[in-house]
Amino acid sequence: MDTQKFIENIEQQFDDLTPNTLTLETRFREIDGWSSLQAMLIIAMVNVEYDVTLTGENIKKAQTLNDIYQLVNSPK
Amino acid sequence: MAFTNLNNVRLSGMATCVPKIADNANNSNTSILSNEELLRISTVTGIENKRICSENICTSDLCFKAAEELIDNLGWKKEDIGVLIFVSQTPDYILPNTSIILQHKLGLSKETICFDMTLGCSGYVYGMFTLASILASGFVKKGLLLVGDTISKTVSKTDRSTAPLFGDAGTATAFEYDTKASLMSFHLASDGSGADMIMIKDGGQRNPFSKNSLDIVDYGEEIVRNNCQLSLNGLDIFNFGISQVPKVVKNLLDYTQKNIDQTDYFIFHQANLLMNETIRKKIGIPKEKVPYSLKDFGNTSSATIPLTITTQLANKVTKESLNMVFCGFGVGLSWGAAYIKTDKISCPQLLEL
Repeated sequence: MDTQKFIENIEQQFDDLTPNTLTLETRFREIDGWSSLQAMLIIAMVNVEYDVTLTGENIKKAQTLNDIYQLVNSPK
Repeated sequence: MAFTNLNNVRLSGMATCVPKIADNANNSNTSILSNEELLRISTVTGIENKRICSENICTSDLCFKAAEELIDNLGWKKEDIGVLIFVSQTPDYILPNTSIILQHKLGLSKETICFDMTLGCSGYVYGMFTLASILASGFVKKGLLLVGDTISKTVSKTDRSTAPLFGDAGTATAFEYDTKASLMSFHLASDGSGADMIMIKDGGQRNPFSKNSLDIVDYGEEIVRNNCQLSLNGLDIFNFGISQVPKVVKNLLDYTQKNIDQTDYFIFHQANLLMNETIRKKIGIPKEKVPYSLKDFGNTSSATIPLTITTQLANKVTKESLNMVFCGFGVGLSWGAAYIKTDKISCPQLLEL
Protein backbone atom coordinates (compact mmCIF):
# COMPACT_ATOMS: atom_id res chain seq x y z
CA MET A 1 0.00 0.00 0.00
CA ASP A 2 1.19 3.49 -0.84
CA THR A 3 2.13 5.20 2.43
CA GLN A 4 2.15 8.68 0.91
CA LYS A 5 -1.34 8.20 -0.51
CA PHE A 6 -2.54 6.93 2.87
CA ILE A 7 -1.20 10.05 4.61
CA GLU A 8 -2.83 12.27 1.97
CA ASN A 9 -6.13 10.49 2.49
CA ILE A 10 -5.85 11.14 6.22
CA GLU A 11 -4.94 14.81 5.67
CA GLN A 12 -8.08 15.28 3.59
CA GLN A 13 -10.20 14.47 6.64
CA PHE A 14 -9.09 17.67 8.38
CA ASP A 15 -10.18 21.23 7.47
CA ASP A 16 -7.33 23.81 7.39
CA LEU A 17 -4.40 21.38 7.55
CA THR A 18 -1.19 22.33 5.68
CA PRO A 19 -0.37 19.46 3.28
CA ASN A 20 2.68 17.29 4.04
CA THR A 21 2.63 18.03 7.77
CA LEU A 22 1.62 14.54 8.84
CA THR A 23 3.83 11.44 9.06
CA LEU A 24 3.16 7.88 10.18
CA GLU A 25 4.64 8.87 13.55
CA THR A 26 2.06 11.65 14.07
CA ARG A 27 -0.06 11.13 17.16
CA PHE A 28 -3.39 11.83 15.51
CA ARG A 29 -5.21 13.11 18.61
CA GLU A 30 -2.72 15.96 18.73
CA ILE A 31 -3.50 17.16 15.20
CA ASP A 32 -5.18 20.58 15.21
CA GLY A 33 -8.90 20.13 14.70
CA TRP A 34 -9.05 16.52 15.94
CA SER A 35 -12.41 15.45 17.31
CA SER A 36 -14.60 12.38 17.30
CA LEU A 37 -15.91 13.61 13.94
CA GLN A 38 -12.46 13.00 12.44
CA ALA A 39 -12.53 9.46 13.81
CA MET A 40 -15.74 8.88 11.90
CA LEU A 41 -14.38 10.50 8.73
CA ILE A 42 -11.28 8.29 8.91
CA ILE A 43 -13.38 5.15 9.41
CA ALA A 44 -15.45 6.13 6.36
CA MET A 45 -12.39 6.89 4.23
CA VAL A 46 -10.66 3.62 5.17
CA ASN A 47 -13.85 1.69 4.46
CA VAL A 48 -14.34 3.19 1.01
CA GLU A 49 -10.69 3.46 -0.10
CA TYR A 50 -9.28 0.27 1.42
CA ASP A 51 -12.37 -1.86 2.11
CA VAL A 52 -11.27 -2.31 5.72
CA THR A 53 -13.63 -1.88 8.67
CA LEU A 54 -12.07 -0.13 11.65
CA THR A 55 -14.02 -0.38 14.91
CA GLY A 56 -14.46 2.31 17.54
CA GLU A 57 -12.25 0.11 19.75
CA ASN A 58 -9.50 0.07 17.06
CA ILE A 59 -9.45 3.86 16.99
CA LYS A 60 -9.54 4.11 20.78
CA LYS A 61 -6.45 1.90 21.12
CA ALA A 62 -4.49 3.51 18.27
CA GLN A 63 -2.11 6.35 19.09
CA THR A 64 -0.22 7.17 15.90
CA LEU A 65 -1.19 7.17 12.23
CA ASN A 66 1.09 4.16 11.88
CA ASP A 67 -1.18 2.22 14.26
CA ILE A 68 -4.08 2.90 11.87
CA TYR A 69 -1.87 2.17 8.84
CA GLN A 70 -0.99 -1.24 10.28
CA LEU A 71 -4.68 -2.07 10.81
CA VAL A 72 -5.48 -1.07 7.25
CA ASN A 73 -2.53 -3.06 5.95
CA SER A 74 -3.14 -6.24 7.95
CA PRO A 75 -4.49 -9.23 6.00
CA LYS A 76 -8.30 -9.23 5.82
CA MET B 1 -31.45 -14.33 4.74
CA ALA B 2 -35.10 -13.39 4.78
CA PHE B 3 -36.22 -12.51 1.25
CA THR B 4 -39.84 -12.41 0.31
CA ASN B 5 -42.24 -11.22 -2.37
CA LEU B 6 -45.74 -9.91 -1.82
CA ASN B 7 -48.44 -9.65 -4.47
CA ASN B 8 -51.72 -7.77 -4.70
CA VAL B 9 -50.85 -4.79 -2.50
CA ARG B 10 -50.61 -1.22 -3.68
CA LEU B 11 -49.09 1.75 -1.90
CA SER B 12 -51.80 4.36 -2.49
CA GLY B 13 -50.47 7.41 -0.71
CA MET B 14 -48.43 8.96 2.05
CA ALA B 15 -48.49 12.07 4.20
CA THR B 16 -46.07 13.57 6.71
CA CYS B 17 -46.56 15.95 9.62
CA VAL B 18 -43.73 17.71 11.48
CA PRO B 19 -43.78 20.01 14.50
CA LYS B 20 -43.74 23.75 13.77
CA ILE B 21 -40.82 24.49 16.08
CA ALA B 22 -37.51 24.72 14.21
CA ASP B 23 -34.23 23.94 15.91
CA ASN B 24 -30.92 24.97 14.37
CA ALA B 25 -27.50 26.35 15.19
CA ASN B 26 -28.87 29.89 15.35
CA ASN B 27 -31.82 28.96 17.47
CA SER B 28 -30.97 25.85 19.40
CA ASN B 29 -33.57 24.42 21.72
CA THR B 30 -31.93 21.07 22.07
CA SER B 31 -28.25 21.49 22.64
CA ILE B 32 -25.87 23.43 24.85
CA LEU B 33 -23.13 23.19 22.22
CA SER B 34 -21.83 26.49 20.85
CA ASN B 35 -23.15 27.72 17.51
CA GLU B 36 -19.69 27.27 16.02
CA GLU B 37 -19.50 23.67 17.21
CA LEU B 38 -23.00 22.94 15.89
CA LEU B 39 -22.05 24.34 12.49
CA ARG B 40 -18.89 22.22 12.42
CA ILE B 41 -20.88 19.11 13.30
CA SER B 42 -23.46 19.97 10.65
CA THR B 43 -20.84 19.78 7.88
CA VAL B 44 -20.48 16.08 8.70
CA THR B 45 -24.09 15.26 9.58
CA GLY B 46 -25.60 17.36 6.80
CA ILE B 47 -28.18 18.56 9.32
CA GLU B 48 -28.85 22.29 9.47
CA ASN B 49 -32.39 22.36 10.81
CA LYS B 50 -34.74 20.01 12.53
CA ARG B 51 -38.24 20.15 13.95
CA ILE B 52 -38.80 19.59 17.63
CA CYS B 53 -42.07 18.83 19.42
CA SER B 54 -43.34 20.90 22.28
CA GLU B 55 -44.02 18.92 25.46
CA ASN B 56 -47.72 18.49 24.79
CA ILE B 57 -47.35 16.93 21.32
CA CYS B 58 -46.81 13.18 20.93
CA THR B 59 -45.89 11.08 17.92
CA SER B 60 -49.50 9.95 17.67
CA ASP B 61 -50.65 13.58 17.28
CA LEU B 62 -48.36 14.06 14.28
CA CYS B 63 -49.47 10.73 12.79
CA PHE B 64 -53.12 11.57 13.45
CA LYS B 65 -52.90 14.80 11.47
CA ALA B 66 -51.03 13.04 8.63
CA ALA B 67 -53.63 10.24 8.59
CA GLU B 68 -56.65 12.60 8.51
CA GLU B 69 -55.15 14.52 5.59
CA LEU B 70 -54.25 11.36 3.71
CA ILE B 71 -57.67 9.72 4.14
CA ASP B 72 -59.26 12.93 2.92
CA ASN B 73 -56.85 13.22 -0.02
CA LEU B 74 -57.52 9.65 -1.09
CA GLY B 75 -61.24 10.00 -0.62
CA TRP B 76 -61.26 6.83 1.47
CA LYS B 77 -64.27 5.94 3.58
CA LYS B 78 -63.12 5.40 7.15
CA GLU B 79 -65.29 2.31 7.53
CA ASP B 80 -63.29 0.59 4.77
CA ILE B 81 -60.03 0.71 6.76
CA GLY B 82 -59.54 -2.72 8.31
CA VAL B 83 -56.05 -2.51 9.79
CA LEU B 84 -53.94 0.19 11.47
CA ILE B 85 -50.34 -0.40 12.49
CA PHE B 86 -48.45 2.18 14.54
CA VAL B 87 -44.66 1.88 14.34
CA SER B 88 -42.91 3.94 17.00
CA GLN B 89 -40.58 3.90 19.98
CA THR B 90 -42.34 6.91 21.47
CA PRO B 91 -45.89 5.72 22.21
CA ASP B 92 -48.46 7.69 24.22
CA TYR B 93 -48.34 5.25 27.14
CA ILE B 94 -46.46 2.13 28.21
CA LEU B 95 -49.81 0.47 27.69
CA PRO B 96 -52.26 0.27 25.94
CA ASN B 97 -51.03 0.32 22.34
CA THR B 98 -51.23 3.74 20.70
CA SER B 99 -52.69 2.27 17.49
CA ILE B 100 -55.87 1.45 19.41
CA ILE B 101 -56.12 5.00 20.75
CA LEU B 102 -55.67 6.22 17.17
CA GLN B 103 -58.44 3.91 15.93
CA HIS B 104 -60.87 5.74 18.20
CA LYS B 105 -59.49 9.24 17.48
CA LEU B 106 -59.63 8.69 13.74
CA GLY B 107 -63.15 7.31 14.00
CA LEU B 108 -62.27 3.96 12.45
CA SER B 109 -64.51 0.95 12.78
CA LYS B 110 -64.34 -1.23 15.90
CA GLU B 111 -63.63 -4.09 13.51
CA THR B 112 -60.17 -2.60 12.83
CA ILE B 113 -57.09 -4.75 13.52
CA CYS B 114 -54.76 -2.52 15.55
CA PHE B 115 -51.33 -3.12 17.01
CA ASP B 116 -48.04 -1.32 17.64
CA MET B 117 -44.57 -2.27 16.47
CA THR B 118 -41.62 -0.98 18.46
CA LEU B 119 -38.95 -0.37 15.87
CA GLY B 120 -36.85 2.66 14.99
CA CYS B 121 -34.87 3.40 11.87
CA SER B 122 -35.77 0.10 10.18
CA GLY B 123 -39.41 0.45 11.23
CA TYR B 124 -40.88 1.81 8.03
CA VAL B 125 -39.74 -1.15 5.95
CA TYR B 126 -40.79 -3.64 8.65
CA GLY B 127 -44.17 -1.91 8.98
CA MET B 128 -44.69 -2.01 5.21
CA PHE B 129 -43.86 -5.70 5.16
CA THR B 130 -46.25 -6.49 8.02
CA LEU B 131 -49.14 -4.43 6.71
CA ALA B 132 -48.70 -5.65 3.14
CA SER B 133 -48.59 -9.26 4.42
CA ILE B 134 -51.98 -8.77 6.09
CA LEU B 135 -53.51 -7.13 3.02
CA ALA B 136 -52.04 -9.57 0.49
CA SER B 137 -54.56 -12.29 1.26
CA GLY B 138 -57.42 -9.91 0.53
CA PHE B 139 -59.51 -10.51 3.66
CA VAL B 140 -58.81 -6.91 4.67
CA LYS B 141 -58.87 -4.42 1.80
CA LYS B 142 -57.40 -1.19 3.15
CA GLY B 143 -54.81 -0.40 5.79
CA LEU B 144 -52.95 2.47 7.39
CA LEU B 145 -49.32 2.43 8.42
CA LEU B 146 -48.64 5.23 10.90
CA VAL B 147 -44.93 5.64 11.53
CA GLY B 148 -42.87 8.16 13.45
CA ASP B 149 -41.05 9.21 16.57
CA THR B 150 -40.48 12.18 18.83
CA ILE B 151 -36.99 11.04 19.70
CA SER B 152 -35.93 14.60 20.62
CA LYS B 153 -37.81 14.07 23.89
CA THR B 154 -35.48 11.21 24.82
CA VAL B 155 -32.25 13.03 23.96
CA SER B 156 -29.98 14.75 26.49
CA LYS B 157 -29.26 18.36 25.54
CA THR B 158 -25.75 17.84 26.89
CA ASP B 159 -24.97 14.79 24.77
CA ARG B 160 -22.88 15.68 21.75
CA SER B 161 -23.37 12.22 20.23
CA THR B 162 -27.18 12.52 19.97
CA ALA B 163 -28.40 16.11 20.47
CA PRO B 164 -27.33 17.40 17.02
CA LEU B 165 -28.96 14.51 15.14
CA PHE B 166 -32.58 13.89 15.98
CA GLY B 167 -35.75 15.63 14.85
CA ASP B 168 -39.40 14.64 15.22
CA ALA B 169 -41.95 13.60 12.60
CA GLY B 170 -45.09 11.51 12.14
CA THR B 171 -46.26 9.92 8.90
CA ALA B 172 -49.17 8.01 7.43
CA THR B 173 -49.00 5.62 4.49
CA ALA B 174 -52.02 4.00 2.88
CA PHE B 175 -51.95 0.51 1.39
CA GLU B 176 -54.75 -1.38 -0.28
CA TYR B 177 -55.55 -4.75 -1.78
CA ASP B 178 -55.30 -4.54 -5.57
CA THR B 179 -54.87 -7.56 -7.82
CA LYS B 180 -53.25 -5.35 -10.47
CA ALA B 181 -50.55 -4.05 -8.13
CA SER B 182 -46.86 -4.63 -8.93
CA LEU B 183 -44.87 -7.10 -6.89
CA MET B 184 -43.23 -5.81 -3.71
CA SER B 185 -40.02 -7.49 -2.60
CA PHE B 186 -38.36 -7.38 0.80
CA HIS B 187 -35.12 -8.32 2.46
CA LEU B 188 -35.23 -8.06 6.25
CA ALA B 189 -32.55 -8.80 8.84
CA SER B 190 -31.72 -8.50 12.56
CA ASP B 191 -28.68 -8.70 14.82
CA GLY B 192 -29.34 -8.52 18.56
CA SER B 193 -25.61 -8.65 19.35
CA GLY B 194 -25.70 -4.91 18.75
CA ALA B 195 -28.65 -4.29 21.08
CA ASP B 196 -26.69 -1.91 23.30
CA MET B 197 -25.40 0.24 20.42
CA ILE B 198 -28.56 2.36 20.52
CA MET B 199 -30.43 2.03 23.79
CA ILE B 200 -32.47 3.72 26.49
CA LYS B 201 -31.28 1.68 29.44
CA ASP B 202 -33.79 2.40 32.19
CA GLY B 203 -37.54 2.41 32.38
CA GLY B 204 -38.26 -1.06 30.99
CA GLN B 205 -38.50 -4.28 32.99
CA ARG B 206 -34.77 -5.15 32.79
CA ASN B 207 -33.77 -1.92 34.54
CA PRO B 208 -36.96 -0.48 36.04
CA PHE B 209 -37.09 3.26 36.57
CA SER B 210 -35.56 4.21 39.92
CA LYS B 211 -34.33 7.44 41.43
CA ASN B 212 -30.83 6.52 40.19
CA SER B 213 -32.18 6.53 36.65
CA LEU B 214 -32.06 10.32 36.76
CA ASP B 215 -28.42 10.54 37.92
CA ILE B 216 -26.50 12.58 35.38
CA VAL B 217 -23.36 10.77 34.22
CA ASP B 218 -20.44 12.41 32.40
CA TYR B 219 -19.00 9.93 29.89
CA GLY B 220 -16.37 12.40 28.63
CA GLU B 221 -16.13 13.90 25.14
CA GLU B 222 -19.16 16.11 25.90
CA ILE B 223 -21.46 13.14 26.46
CA VAL B 224 -23.50 13.87 29.55
CA ARG B 225 -26.87 12.17 30.15
CA ASN B 226 -28.97 10.04 32.47
CA ASN B 227 -30.11 6.43 31.99
CA CYS B 228 -33.59 7.38 30.80
CA GLN B 229 -32.06 9.18 27.86
CA LEU B 230 -30.99 7.82 24.51
CA SER B 231 -27.46 6.45 24.25
CA LEU B 232 -25.81 5.92 20.90
CA ASN B 233 -22.45 4.38 20.12
CA GLY B 234 -21.74 6.48 17.07
CA LEU B 235 -18.65 4.73 15.73
CA ASP B 236 -20.02 1.20 15.99
CA ILE B 237 -23.37 2.20 14.48
CA PHE B 238 -21.48 3.93 11.72
CA ASN B 239 -19.55 0.74 10.97
CA PHE B 240 -22.73 -1.31 11.05
CA GLY B 241 -24.37 1.05 8.57
CA ILE B 242 -21.54 1.23 6.07
CA SER B 243 -20.94 -2.53 6.09
CA GLN B 244 -24.50 -3.99 6.27
CA VAL B 245 -26.55 -1.49 4.29
CA PRO B 246 -24.65 -1.81 0.98
CA LYS B 247 -25.06 -5.61 1.31
CA VAL B 248 -28.81 -5.51 1.94
CA VAL B 249 -29.37 -3.24 -1.06
CA LYS B 250 -27.16 -5.28 -3.37
CA ASN B 251 -28.79 -8.52 -2.19
CA LEU B 252 -32.26 -7.10 -2.79
CA LEU B 253 -31.29 -5.97 -6.29
CA ASP B 254 -29.91 -9.46 -7.00
CA TYR B 255 -33.05 -11.09 -5.66
CA THR B 256 -35.36 -8.88 -7.69
CA GLN B 257 -33.06 -9.04 -10.74
CA LYS B 258 -33.08 -5.27 -10.99
CA ASN B 259 -30.11 -3.00 -11.38
CA ILE B 260 -29.35 0.56 -10.38
CA ASP B 261 -30.20 1.91 -13.86
CA GLN B 262 -33.69 0.39 -13.76
CA THR B 263 -34.34 1.94 -10.38
CA ASP B 264 -35.49 5.55 -10.25
CA TYR B 265 -34.80 6.34 -6.59
CA PHE B 266 -33.15 4.84 -3.53
CA ILE B 267 -34.75 6.23 -0.39
CA PHE B 268 -32.50 5.58 2.57
CA HIS B 269 -33.18 6.12 6.22
CA GLN B 270 -31.65 9.54 6.91
CA ALA B 271 -29.01 8.71 9.54
CA ASN B 272 -26.43 11.38 8.83
CA LEU B 273 -24.84 12.64 5.64
CA LEU B 274 -21.44 11.03 6.16
CA MET B 275 -22.92 7.59 6.78
CA ASN B 276 -25.46 7.88 3.97
CA GLU B 277 -22.95 9.18 1.43
CA THR B 278 -20.47 6.43 2.35
CA ILE B 279 -23.24 3.89 1.77
CA ARG B 280 -24.22 5.50 -1.53
CA LYS B 281 -20.65 5.51 -2.81
CA LYS B 282 -20.05 1.90 -1.77
CA ILE B 283 -23.11 0.72 -3.70
CA GLY B 284 -22.23 3.03 -6.60
CA ILE B 285 -25.58 4.83 -6.90
CA PRO B 286 -25.54 8.18 -8.76
CA LYS B 287 -26.22 11.18 -6.52
CA GLU B 288 -29.41 12.21 -8.33
CA LYS B 289 -31.08 8.91 -7.42
CA VAL B 290 -30.60 9.42 -3.69
CA PRO B 291 -32.70 12.27 -2.27
CA TYR B 292 -32.03 13.73 1.17
CA SER B 293 -34.21 15.48 3.72
CA LEU B 294 -31.47 15.59 6.39
CA LYS B 295 -30.66 19.27 5.89
CA ASP B 296 -34.04 20.53 7.05
CA PHE B 297 -35.35 17.72 9.24
CA GLY B 298 -32.40 15.74 10.62
CA ASN B 299 -32.73 12.09 11.57
CA THR B 300 -36.39 11.46 12.37
CA SER B 301 -36.04 7.75 13.15
CA SER B 302 -38.64 5.57 11.39
CA ALA B 303 -40.25 8.59 9.69
CA THR B 304 -37.30 9.41 7.41
CA ILE B 305 -38.37 7.42 4.33
CA PRO B 306 -41.90 8.88 3.93
CA LEU B 307 -40.63 12.30 5.08
CA THR B 308 -37.99 12.27 2.34
CA ILE B 309 -40.53 11.28 -0.31
CA THR B 310 -43.08 13.88 0.87
CA THR B 311 -40.56 16.71 0.90
CA GLN B 312 -38.27 15.80 -2.02
CA LEU B 313 -40.29 13.73 -4.48
CA ALA B 314 -43.92 14.82 -4.15
CA ASN B 315 -44.03 16.13 -7.73
CA LYS B 316 -42.67 12.88 -9.12
CA VAL B 317 -44.56 10.29 -7.08
CA THR B 318 -47.91 11.92 -7.70
CA LYS B 319 -47.46 12.07 -11.48
CA GLU B 320 -45.25 9.16 -12.46
CA SER B 321 -44.77 5.51 -11.94
CA LEU B 322 -41.46 4.94 -10.11
CA ASN B 323 -39.26 1.98 -9.26
CA MET B 324 -37.87 2.59 -5.80
CA VAL B 325 -35.80 0.95 -3.12
CA PHE B 326 -36.65 1.86 0.47
CA CYS B 327 -33.97 1.00 3.00
CA GLY B 328 -34.06 1.40 6.78
CA PHE B 329 -31.33 0.51 9.27
CA GLY B 330 -30.46 1.12 12.91
CA VAL B 331 -31.60 0.43 16.46
CA GLY B 332 -31.94 -3.27 17.25
CA LEU B 333 -29.83 -3.81 15.32
CA SER B 334 -32.47 -4.15 12.65
CA TRP B 335 -32.38 -3.42 8.96
CA GLY B 336 -34.28 -4.08 5.79
CA ALA B 337 -34.95 -3.00 2.24
CA ALA B 338 -38.01 -3.07 0.00
CA TYR B 339 -38.28 -2.91 -3.77
CA ILE B 340 -41.52 -1.28 -4.80
CA LYS B 341 -43.08 0.21 -7.90
CA THR B 342 -45.33 3.11 -7.01
CA ASP B 343 -47.93 4.34 -9.46
CA LYS B 344 -49.08 7.96 -9.12
CA ILE B 345 -49.66 7.92 -5.42
CA SER B 346 -51.44 10.51 -3.36
CA CYS B 347 -48.93 12.72 -1.58
CA PRO B 348 -50.32 15.82 0.14
CA GLN B 349 -47.98 18.69 1.04
CA LEU B 350 -45.97 18.55 4.22
CA LEU B 351 -48.17 19.27 7.24
CA GLU B 352 -47.22 21.12 10.40
CA LEU B 353 -48.57 20.91 13.93
